[in-house]
Amino acid sequence: MTMSMTESVTTTKKDWASDQEPRWCPGCGDYSILSAMQLLLPELGVERSRTVFVSGIGCSARFPYYMNTYGAHLIHGRAPAFATGLKLARPDLDVWVVSGDGDALSIGGNHLIHAMRRNVDITILMFNNEIYGLTKGQYSPTSELGKVTKSSPFGSLDTPFNPISLAIGAEATFVARTHDMDRKHMMEVFRRAHDHKGSAFVEIYQNCNVFNNGAFEQITGKEVRADNLIPLVHGQPIRFGQNGEKGVTVDRYGRLRIVDVAEVGEDALLVHDETIEDPSIAFALSRLARGPFEPTPIGIFRAVSKPDYGTMMADQIEKVRSQKGQGELAKLLRSSSTWTVD
Amino acid sequence: MSSTTTSEHESKVVDRAIIRFAGDSGDGMQLAGDRFTEASAFAGNDLATFPDYPAEIRAPAGTTAGVSAFQVQISDHDILTPGDAPNVLVAMNPAALKVNLHELPPGAVVVVNTDAFDQRNLTKAGYTSNPLDDGTLAQYKVYEVPITSLTLEACKPTGAKPRDAERSKNFFALGLLSWMYSRPIEVTLNWIDKRFGTDTLVGQANKLAFSAGYNFGETAELFEANYEVHAAHLPPGTYTTVSGNTALAWGIIAAGELAKRTVFLGSYPITPASDILHELSKHKEFGIKTLQAEDEIAGVGSALGAAYGGALGVTTTSGPGLDLKAETIGLAVSLELPLIVVDVQRAGPSTGMPTKTEQADLLEAMYGRHGEAQVPVVAAKSPGHCFWAAIEAARIALKYRTPVILLSDAYLANGSEPWRIPEMSELPDISVSNATEPNHTDNKGAKVFWPYVRDEATLARQWALPGTPGLEHRIGGLEKEDGSGHVSYDPVNHETMVRLRSAKIAGIVNDIPRLEVDDPSDPVSGGNGKAGEQSHADLLVLSWGSTYGSVLGAVRRVRARGHRVAHAHLVHLNPFPSNLGEILSAYPKVLVPEINLGQLAKLIRAEFLVDVRSFNKVQGIPLKVHEVEEAILSVISEEDAVVLGNGKSAKEEVPGEERAVR
Ligand code: SF4
Repeated sequence: MTMSMTESVTTTKKDWASDQEPRWCPGCGDYSILSAMQLLLPELGVERSRTVFVSGIGCSARFPYYMNTYGAHLIHGRAPAFATGLKLARPDLDVWVVSGDGDALSIGGNHLIHAMRRNVDITILMFNNEIYGLTKGQYSPTSELGKVTKSSPFGSLDTPFNPISLAIGAEATFVARTHDMDRKHMMEVFRRAHDHKGSAFVEIYQNCNVFNNGAFEQITGKEVRADNLIPLVHGQPIRFGQNGEKGVTVDRYGRLRIVDVAEVGEDALLVHDETIEDPSIAFALSRLARGPFEPTPIGIFRAVSKPDYGTMMADQIEKVRSQKGQGELAKLLRSSSTWTVD
Repeated sequence: MSSTTTSEHESKVVDRAIIRFAGDSGDGMQLAGDRFTEASAFAGNDLATFPDYPAEIRAPAGTTAGVSAFQVQISDHDILTPGDAPNVLVAMNPAALKVNLHELPPGAVVVVNTDAFDQRNLTKAGYTSNPLDDGTLAQYKVYEVPITSLTLEACKPTGAKPRDAERSKNFFALGLLSWMYSRPIEVTLNWIDKRFGTDTLVGQANKLAFSAGYNFGETAELFEANYEVHAAHLPPGTYTTVSGNTALAWGIIAAGELAKRTVFLGSYPITPASDILHELSKHKEFGIKTLQAEDEIAGVGSALGAAYGGALGVTTTSGPGLDLKAETIGLAVSLELPLIVVDVQRAGPSTGMPTKTEQADLLEAMYGRHGEAQVPVVAAKSPGHCFWAAIEAARIALKYRTPVILLSDAYLANGSEPWRIPEMSELPDISVSNATEPNHTDNKGAKVFWPYVRDEATLARQWALPGTPGLEHRIGGLEKEDGSGHVSYDPVNHETMVRLRSAKIAGIVNDIPRLEVDDPSDPVSGGNGKAGEQSHADLLVLSWGSTYGSVLGAVRRVRARGHRVAHAHLVHLNPFPSNLGEILSAYPKVLVPEINLGQLAKLIRAEFLVDVRSFNKVQGIPLKVHEVEEAILSVISEEDAVVLGNGKSAKEEVPGEERAVR
């Protein structure tokens, strides 16, 4: 989504916090996401009155209540549909969808993919904690195969979704991943997502310390981060490790490989380009890790420019009006053959 | 060729005629019917149509499953339905004859395309012998016309290939019927020019076939008479012919204009509602935004999102879609946002019979949501009335910030009638304003906006649109604290909110017209619904939705037999008009005819403790006038039986109706 057309306004974090006290479990990753958002919005210079947060059902869905903006807490999975109608009716608004892995990928999967392929100018934040938190701990569509939960005491039989792969497959024009342990990274990704014209999808690795504690610890933990998070930086060779000693290359079959930079040389590394129209490399990057337990790319996978739905809709209306003129009801009612009775 | 009759034929004036064009789905019967209708509208007749087509995309040609029919009644006086039984059946093939014959009264005219009555087609239709010569048609006046070969012959000058030329045979049939009923021919010829172009092959072929059909009627020594149906005396005004779906779409466009709000339609294609989506998609010049959503849920979800942004949010569907939208409608009840949900009912349950009509979604409209989730329900009564019903639904939705369910059905959706086009000055202003100012001071002295502060009279909540500085607020599906709208699990608050939401809907009763009773036997009220007088009719017939025409038609017939019968028709099903209870109690007997198993009857019994009788028929087709007439007579004679004490029940006296009257 893009910034509203009005002049930048000066606000502080406090202005963006509502009078409602957040009611997530102590230590929940949602707090840091909320705080990153409340810190970012003053920087964006947008107006509270033109900002709308909508959500479905789940722990994450409480988010709008804590933002001193317009907000609607809706029903399970349907926020992207609601947001689509809202944004199309009101292109002047900044519309954010806050969702979770269950809300977005399970019950609301259909709305999510269609909002993305239409390229509606909304920003979708998906808090991925790989569990159902609100209903107290069942496996989710991102839980790993074999996950033992209350509803899968002998291990889940469901193959998980890879949300980034899904978003790229659904024609999303902006696809990114960040995590709740890095406020700066979150803010930067949110900023870019907000500024993107069209559907922006952001997966946020979020720790549910009550029902799935440490799900991302192997990659986001302070000590392991450098070795297990692969930062995607536009225009830069993809490399990671304490001293940037590891990197990513493409082999002659188009497969991505993690390599020792010393072995292959810096020039052999893949240079990240988020603007490539063809989604193959972005998709391959999304498949680099089989799960958040081995080196995993974070950052912006894809940010391509494509006409957004609302703009195309407005153009179409404009075009029809320039051909037919502004609609007149009296004329419409007489548009088929008519006859008069005296 | 001339549009006046020649001297060889006697021309008989009739007051009305019912014509049914029937053929294979590929035979163009809907088009022929449409054109006949248009010409009749030009002739000034009152009319009503009933297109009846198969749901199968392409049933095997020549089979009974593939038969498509179009019935139209034309009349020199005000009529209410497309008629019960055709006076004339045009059967383009054996299957069409087979499917429709049983509805013809003895003496009716049957025009058959003899070219289609070959062994193959007879077998496909399931005939073991040829009905044209085995006595099947003995009691009808049969005209055997080789329509296909005459069409081919007529189209020869165009040089069209026989396979293409044959497709003009519906125009031959149309031409013949146009002669038979003295229809103006220019209307059709001009239409062909406009539609197909003056010098295209198909335009030429259609015109030649049409003229050939007309001339065949005039010159063939086959027909002893043709008919004239004089113009009806409709109230003065400018008229057009509209189908229910078109009128409904126009009503939505009008509502947007009258409310000064952008119309946003979120809709998923479904029979028989899709034409509303099509019509609204055509009219972008009104700034209408249409989204063909990914599913029914997204259709209503996007409409609700648009409504939250201040648009006139609309979703259109049929029964299966209404099931899917239930949760979002409940959300709209809780958010208290305006929303129009159009349900064009079709035969259910499940996929049922998608192209066939039914009135069986009434209870779903009333109660089909979890929790206490009352919504207003408005039902259209005729194709043209769909326009007014849409405006009324929008008016209620906007004023009371509530979803409104607008019920139409397959019969109204596809049927058409002459419709007097209203002047713009006849249309109501339905605009409402949004909040612009804070309405509460919080405990820190700051001015804030509370979304659930209500108007004392209507109980409608204050509605602030996103984008309004200073009125930022959050709403949601969780229970809200009265006034502030904050999430609340307080038990007493919940009950307060449940009762407030319910009272708001119930209170709409003060804002809808009182029910008018058509009771000519009541000299006191003159039929204006004043109840409690001695002189009332013995029976009130109460109807709703698309049965309006059949029921009123039946009531008129029963009156013509000298009986005293009153009629009232409900457009508002929730809330009911304020005087409904009073009216019901003024009549010793109440009969409710419905195309369901008694849904309105159940509501009336529950609400008013009145022991209404039902007449129910659920066959996917509109009620026939004579059926309702018999049902009324049955109830009346039952009364007589008691009075006369002859010990005979009405049910025995009216054979064949025991299934329905209880
Ligand atoms: S259950 Fe998990 S996700 Fe939900 S609030 Fe608690 S910690 Fe956060």
